Amino acid sequence: MSSELSDVLVPLPEIVLAGLASLVLIVDVFQRSRQRPATYYLAQLSLLATMVTVWATAPDQPVVALHGTYIADTMAVVLKLFLLLMVLGVFVYGRRYLDQRGVAPGEFHVLGLFGALGMMILVSAHSFLTLYLGLELMALSIYAMVALHRDSRAASEAAMKYFVLGALASGMLLYGISILYGATGSLDIATVGARIGDQAQLGVPVAFALTFIVVGLAFKFGAVPFHMWVPDIYDGAPTAVTLYLGSAPKIAAFGMAIRLLADAMGSSLADWSGMLVILSVLSMGLGNLVAIAQTNIKRMLAYSTISHVGFIFLGILAGTAEGYGSAMFYALTYALMSLGSFGMIILLSRRGFEADRLDDFKGLNARHPWFAAMMLILMFSLAGVPPLVGFYAKLAVLQAVVHVGQVWLAAVAVLFSVIGAFYYLRVVKLMYFDAPEGEVGVAGQGLDVRVLLSLNALAVLGLGLFPGALLGWCMAAFG
Amino acid sequence: MIGLSDYLVLAAILFGLGVAGIFINRKNVIVLLMAVELMLLAVNTNFIAFSHFLGDTAGQVFVFFILTVAAAEAAIGLAILVVLFRNRASINVEDMDDLRG
Repeated sequence: MSSELSDVLVPLPEIVLAGLASLVLIVDVFQRSRQRPATYYLAQLSLLATMVTVWATAPDQPVVALHGTYIADTMAVVLKLFLLLMVLGVFVYGRRYLDQRGVAPGEFHVLGLFGALGMMILVSAHSFLTLYLGLELMALSIYAMVALHRDSRAASEAAMKYFVLGALASGMLLYGISILYGATGSLDIATVGARIGDQAQLGVPVAFALTFIVVGLAFKFGAVPFHMWVPDIYDGAPTAVTLYLGSAPKIAAFGMAIRLLADAMGSSLADWSGMLVILSVLSMGLGNLVAIAQTNIKRMLAYSTISHVGFIFLGILAGTAEGYGSAMFYALTYALMSLGSFGMIILLSRRGFEADRLDDFKGLNARHPWFAAMMLILMFSLAGVPPLVGFYAKLAVLQAVVHVGQVWLAAVAVLFSVIGAFYYLRVVKLMYFDAPEGEVGVAGQGLDVRVLLSLNALAVLGLGLFPGALLGWCMAAFG
Repeated sequence: MIGLSDYLVLAAILFGLGVAGIFINRKNVIVLLMAVELMLLAVNTNFIAFSHFLGDTAGQVFVFFILTVAAAEAAIGLAILVVLFRNRASINVEDMDDLRG
């Protein structure tokens, strides 16, 4: 009896977040003020409480609970802490932005919390059923968030496109899972992994299922050739929502990729590794080349996301503990950099002005040298300039790829990052060497956004100077 | 006697119809939602067939969850459709070209 009770308490962080998110939903209804301050603070408090619970219940050894549907291990703990931190940052950045555009803040925070819950379930999934439910809870919350700005033509179009392509991706993934279930007779990820490893005659159905699963994953990540939705959704969604879907879900998607590819189908490494090579090279190539042609910074960052997804895949396809660890480091630090660069767009925006054109960054240094410097750090880090964290992330992934003998792949990746450096440096050039156009200002946002942005950029610098701790943590997650 | 492979072929055809419906359809967004639903039902057919022939109930439990999620998904999809129609007075897929990927 006591063992069953402790079994229920293993997913305590998810239970806490689900309870508090429901509480936020109720509290929101009883508020009169349009800004809904109580919703905001309670939402932030829920995230903090959940982070504390994740930290306090972190197990030393992987624990599988609830009849094999849920797993708590180091990878899940680290990913959860970071994705909650990202959502916390998104709420701070987005608060005044949403208010200025008349978007209902209550819905944003509640959906954000339920989306975070979905991501937590996703990274802790030990059964395909849990994985699917976590994925859908995350995706359904984000579909609604993209459409939150109800009077915007672009936002409603973006939401519809995201919805249809997201549902298509889920369908692909599910079809793959159903074939895998038929081939192995189990939904439990560890059992599926063991049966695929034991029974060589499963080769054909597993390869068939694998194709659908990789396509579904590539859709969710936004890897070329399944990337069509990424720029449209990043561009059309309100910036606060772009911030949300550009940061935390990338971490969750990494967790999902590891659960599906490494845990369930680790023994078909040779099959999926080849598919990921193609996706990775195409993503890095197309992402970096098309980003050069963009004039809208949200679209530019969307294509930059695509190219970074290529790098994350590079680490995963190595198929070693080092590869997974470095890909995890990459996903975490990329989310941090993405949070900062979209946060910068929010910082420059104000009522009736989105600051989403590249030209809006012209001459930023003349007006606000401190924030120009912060943006410089973020852009250099995205480009992979030492000593910023983006450099170490790229280096770790490339090392992992070289160690499995794929030297040509590392060379291609370096080549594309050099091409990619062009458009990041163009932002720096616009900020430092061009005359200001119109009114560039940070007056539209509050002090909290300014402080958070500074902390965000300095964290990128700090992690770049001392990457050891986080990198060690990521490597330890894969023993 | 209807065998496992018959069900799998049927599911594959339904799934293919769903995917084709999403890519070929250029007129009506509601048809897109129907195509998505068809894909999920194809997956359900797969799960039930496997579940029956393997003698394992987990697949049937999965189907209940897929049905529930599909209902939630349809609700959100239709809500987005209403927002889209309010803003554009059209649900033609070809009119959705403000954002060019």
